[in-house]
Amino acid sequence: MSGELLRAEGIGKRFGGFVALEGITLSFAAGQLTSIIGPNGAGKSTFFNILSGVLTPSSGKLHFRGRELNGLPQHRFVHQGISRSYQITNIFPDLSVHENVRVAAQALIVSYDILRNRAQLVELGARADAALDAVGLLTRRSELARFLSHGQQRALEIAIALVSEPELLLLDEPTAGMGPEETKDMVALLERLADKRTVLLVEHKMKMVLGLSKRVVVLHHGRLLADGAPDEIRSNPEVRQVYLGQSEGYG
Amino acid sequence: MTHPSSGEAVAKPSPGGLGRVLDQRVLLSIAVLALLPWLLPSKALAVNVLIYGVVVMGYNLLFGYTGLLSFGQAAFFGAGAYFTGIAIGRYGVPWFAAVPAAVLLSTCLAAAIGLVSTRTRGIYFSMVTLALAQLVYYVALQAASFTGGENGLRGFTVDRISLLGFQVNFLDPVNKYYVLMAFAALAMWFQSRILNSPFGAVIEAIRENEQRARACGYDVERSKLVVFMLSGAISSLGGCMLALHLSIVPLDILHYQTSGMIVMMVLLGGARSFFGPFVGAASFLILEDVISLWTPHWQIFVGAIFVLFVLFLPRGIWGTLLDAMGSGKARR
Repeated sequence: MSGELLRAEGIGKRFGGFVALEGITLSFAAGQLTSIIGPNGAGKSTFFNILSGVLTPSSGKLHFRGRELNGLPQHRFVHQGISRSYQITNIFPDLSVHENVRVAAQALIVSYDILRNRAQLVELGARADAALDAVGLLTRRSELARFLSHGQQRALEIAIALVSEPELLLLDEPTAGMGPEETKDMVALLERLADKRTVLLVEHKMKMVLGLSKRVVVLHHGRLLADGAPDEIRSNPEVRQVYLGQSEGYG
Repeated sequence: MTHPSSGEAVAKPSPGGLGRVLDQRVLLSIAVLALLPWLLPSKALAVNVLIYGVVVMGYNLLFGYTGLLSFGQAAFFGAGAYFTGIAIGRYGVPWFAAVPAAVLLSTCLAAAIGLVSTRTRGIYFSMVTLALAQLVYYVALQAASFTGGENGLRGFTVDRISLLGFQVNFLDPVNKYYVLMAFAALAMWFQSRILNSPFGAVIEAIRENEQRARACGYDVERSKLVVFMLSGAISSLGGCMLALHLSIVPLDILHYQTSGMIVMMVLLGGARSFFGPFVGAASFLILEDVISLWTPHWQIFVGAIFVLFVLFLPRGIWGTLLDAMGSGKARR
C-alpha cells in the first residue's frame, strides 16, 4: 500500500483565547504506523479529536482519501473509514464482550431496523468473533465487559475500533495505565496491527514509540516541532530538549 | 450519560434460541396477566394494573433500556386517552380506528417533544421533558371546548366492542379485562420486537456508553428521538385503554404527578426488566389501595417505601427476583 491517505492542512484549534493547535500541516501515507508524541498540553489529544471528528477545527482542512471531512458529524467518521480508541477505556461495560464488538460492527450496516432480530445478522457475529480473535479475547466472548482486566478492556476497545475494518486506526495511548506484562502484550498486538493497517498512535512511553513506529511526529505547544524517522527524532536537539529530557520517567 | 452498571448479567441467548426466548417472555407475561383478575381482590384493580403496566412498559423502553430519565411521560399517556376520547365522542370514530389514530397522533406529539428534549442531556433532559409535559397539561386545561378542561373529557362511552363479526359486552368487567389484555399483549409483543431488533442493540449501546456509541458510528441524537417516539407510542396505548375503560378522561392524568408515579412504578418493579413494569404498577396500586384504607395520607407511606427501594433494592421487585433466580436465565 502506498499513497496519501490523510492530509491535514493548516489545522488550528482555539478554545476561547487559548490556542491548542496552530498551523498543523501533515500528510499520512497508507500502510504504516506513525506516532504522535509531545509533552502534556502539546495538543496531541486535540489533534486526535479533530482527526476523529470529536472536535471541529477552528481553521484548516482535513482531507481523507481525497474527500474533505470538515463539517462531517462525528458519527460519520467511522463510515468514512476512520476509527479510534480513547485514552480512558471506553467500552460498553454491561454488555457481553461479544456484543460490545457486534454492536460496533452493526453501526456500519443498520441502525433503525426494528423488524428483524439482531441475531439474524449472522455475519456480524462472525465478524465480531474474528475481531475478538485478533486481539486475543475470543475465549472471553460471553463475559460481561466490565469483568475483564484493565489490559483486556483496552484490547477490547481496539477490537471495537477494528471491527469496522477502518482504513485509518487512531489509538490514543493504548498502554495507558498498564503494567509491564500487559504493555508487552499490547505492543505485540500493535506490531501485528501495523503490518496490515495504517495506524496513528498517541503515546507517552518513549522507548515503545521509537521501537514501534516508522515515523514520529512531535508536537509542542500546539505546533509541529519535528517529523521524521525514529532515529532522526532521537537525535533532534530540540526534541531532546522539550520532550525526551523531561520524560525519562516514562521510558 | 453513562450509567454505572446496575447489576444484571445480560446473558445473550445463542442466536438459534432467540426466537424462542422472544415468544417465551411475551407468552409467560400474557399467561400471568390472564390470571390476574382472579388473583387480585378486584377486577377494577386488575384493569388498572394492565393500563399502568402498558404505560410504564413504554416508559421502561426510554428510562430502563436507553437510560433517559424523562419526567414527562404523562403527556403521552394523557394524549392517548384524550385523542381516543375526542375521536370517539366528538367525531364518532369507531373504537378500532380511534385507537390507532390516537397512538399515531400521540407519537407525533412525542416527536415534537423529543425533537426539543433529546438535544439536551442528563438533568436538562429531565427538566425539558417535565416542562413540555406541563405545557401539554395547560393546553388541555385551556382548550376546554375540546378537552372538557378541568372537568375532564366526558361524553363518550364504548359499551360494545365488535370486530370481525364478534361482539363483546364491554360493560362486563371480565370481558373488559380480557379485551384490554389483548391491547397489552400487542404492546408487549411490540416492545419485545424492539428489544430483540438491531435497533434494540443500538439503544443498549447508547445507555451503556453514549460517547462510544457515537464513535462506533451511530447517530445518537436521532436514535434517542426514535426511541422517545416508540416509548411515547407504547405509553399512549395505555392512555387509549384508560379512555375505553373509564369512558372519561380525567385532566389529572396529564399532570406531572402522573409522570412521577410512572417513574416510581418502573423503579418499584424493576427498570430494564421486561415484566417489571407490570409488577411495579401492581405493587404501587395495591399499596395505594391498602394504605388509603386507614389513612388519606397514603402518599407519605408509598413515598417512604419508594425511598427504601431506591436505597436497598435498586433493581426493583422483579429485577431482584430475577437476579436471585439466576441471571443466566432469559428475562421475562
